[in-house]
Amino acid sequence: MTTIAPEETAREAVFDATVAADERIEPRDWMPDAYRSTLVRQIAQHAHSEIIGMQPEANWITRAPSLRRKAILMAKVQDEAGHGLYLYSAAETLGTSRDELLDKLHSGRQKYSSIFNYPTLTWADVGAIGWLVDGAAITNQVPLCRCSYGPYARAMVRVCKEESFHQRQGYELLLTLSRGTDAQHAMAQDAVNRWWWPSLMMFGPPDDESAHSAQSMAWKIKRHSNDELRQRFVDICVPQAEALGLTLPDPDLTWNDERGHWEFGAIDWAEFREVLKGNGPCNEQRISRRRQAHEEGAWVREAAAAHAAKHGKASR
Amino acid sequence: MNITATPALPLGDDALILSHRLGEWAGHAPVLEEEVALANIALDLLGQARILLSLAGDEDELAYLREERQFRNLQLVEQPNGDFAHTIARQLYFSTYQELLFNHLAATDSELAPLAGKAVKEVAYHRDHAHQWTLRLGDGTDESRTRMQRAVDALWRYTGELFEPVEGLETVPWAALHDSWAARITSTLEQATLTVPEGPRHGAWTAGAGRQGLHTEPFGRMLAEMQHLHRSHPGATW
Repeated sequence: MTTIAPEETAREAVFDATVAADERIEPRDWMPDAYRSTLVRQIAQHAHSEIIGMQPEANWITRAPSLRRKAILMAKVQDEAGHGLYLYSAAETLGTSRDELLDKLHSGRQKYSSIFNYPTLTWADVGAIGWLVDGAAITNQVPLCRCSYGPYARAMVRVCKEESFHQRQGYELLLTLSRGTDAQHAMAQDAVNRWWWPSLMMFGPPDDESAHSAQSMAWKIKRHSNDELRQRFVDICVPQAEALGLTLPDPDLTWNDERGHWEFGAIDWAEFREVLKGNGPCNEQRISRRRQAHEEGAWVREAAAAHAAKHGKASR
Repeated sequence: MNITATPALPLGDDALILSHRLGEWAGHAPVLEEEVALANIALDLLGQARILLSLAGDEDELAYLREERQFRNLQLVEQPNGDFAHTIARQLYFSTYQELLFNHLAATDSELAPLAGKAVKEVAYHRDHAHQWTLRLGDGTDESRTRMQRAVDALWRYTGELFEPVEGLETVPWAALHDSWAARITSTLEQATLTVPEGPRHGAWTAGAGRQGLHTEPFGRMLAEMQHLHRSHPGATW
């Protein structure tokens, strides 16, 4: 028994040194239990966000107004399913199966990004999601490409490449609407009005209220604070909105020359907390739809398993 | 609307409409891998549709501004998704047909040869995907076997139309294509421990007239959803 403690200490020292040297922790390396569970929680939430996030956009696949836009949208929703797959695989490297994580999603024990609890009411929402929601996601995720956990960092490299493609497509969709007929321009402005504030909430609560931030920063899972990333996003969006010919729904937006940043108005954190608690416009709909797809697919998954059990080894 | 008389139109409509139906699965698939696979097939078909429809006119005018009676697709492809077994049966019947037809067209000097030559590689994957799932479902559990049998039976009546001659494709050996199709389908269904359906495939006027612009009830609703936004903003650019 007396030899265990020094070994633990030695392993922990190796872990700390690896993180300090900005090198990657790999699946077979020793890691503290809390590091593992923090990563599982974060990666799972990210994977769940990808698959729940398919719903608001898939809502418009069958109504896309041109074949080109339909192809772009279908490809985008397919990419999200693909991101879900890489991320569940990254979580599996930490010893947690996809089934276990899906159970936690379906039973409400794990969350997904609250942004997807808002509805896509018009075609322009597809553009606003691309520009603002994917834009915010990229701002959050680019630093994760340097996350201390190797499989997550590598998954994020690929995810970010595809996300930036989606972001440009969303921007271009909105630009076309903004320069189109009066009705199209109004549709674009309305979508931006509805998606702007929820997008700012995607960076999470202000730094002084963020529950997980400090430890995650120390472990180099997280590299920048919520407020830093939010400011970076606002600074990127203001000139882009101007180029789009659209306005952002914040009368307090002003350039602060001294700080070199755009100042923005107060975020309605009461709304954020309500949506997080389950009282957003689509929380119930999104999770019911997900559970329904899973339950209705059960017989298919059982059939595949039964067939593999009968033939799997023989056919390979 | 200018529509060029070309067999690209009926074949383009097949691809367009089946792609749309597959797109309805997004977010509903039984397992994440199938979200990717079904979207992939839908995207391949949409790509084919865009090339084919462009040979007949403006792709968006053709897709969004024609009335139901002007569409020339097979009734098979417009059938609702049903459960996963129905979607797989529809795909097995259609992709087997499309692979045989495109293989033939690729070797001709038809204007469709380049598209057919390229698309046949995609279609071979679609057929294999449907074939593999037919085996899993047919020879999986009792429930999946019942569902798969019900699906191949229900869609059987729409398969006679696949081998009706198409205007502009007079050189296609339809009878030989049919025999190859029947042999492949029989082989897949038998391997899947399913019974090859024996019901009628011709005769009833409601089955087998899609190429003449006669469709089934669900098709009008599908078009209403597909065309609504485009038609609500006449002349707009998207």
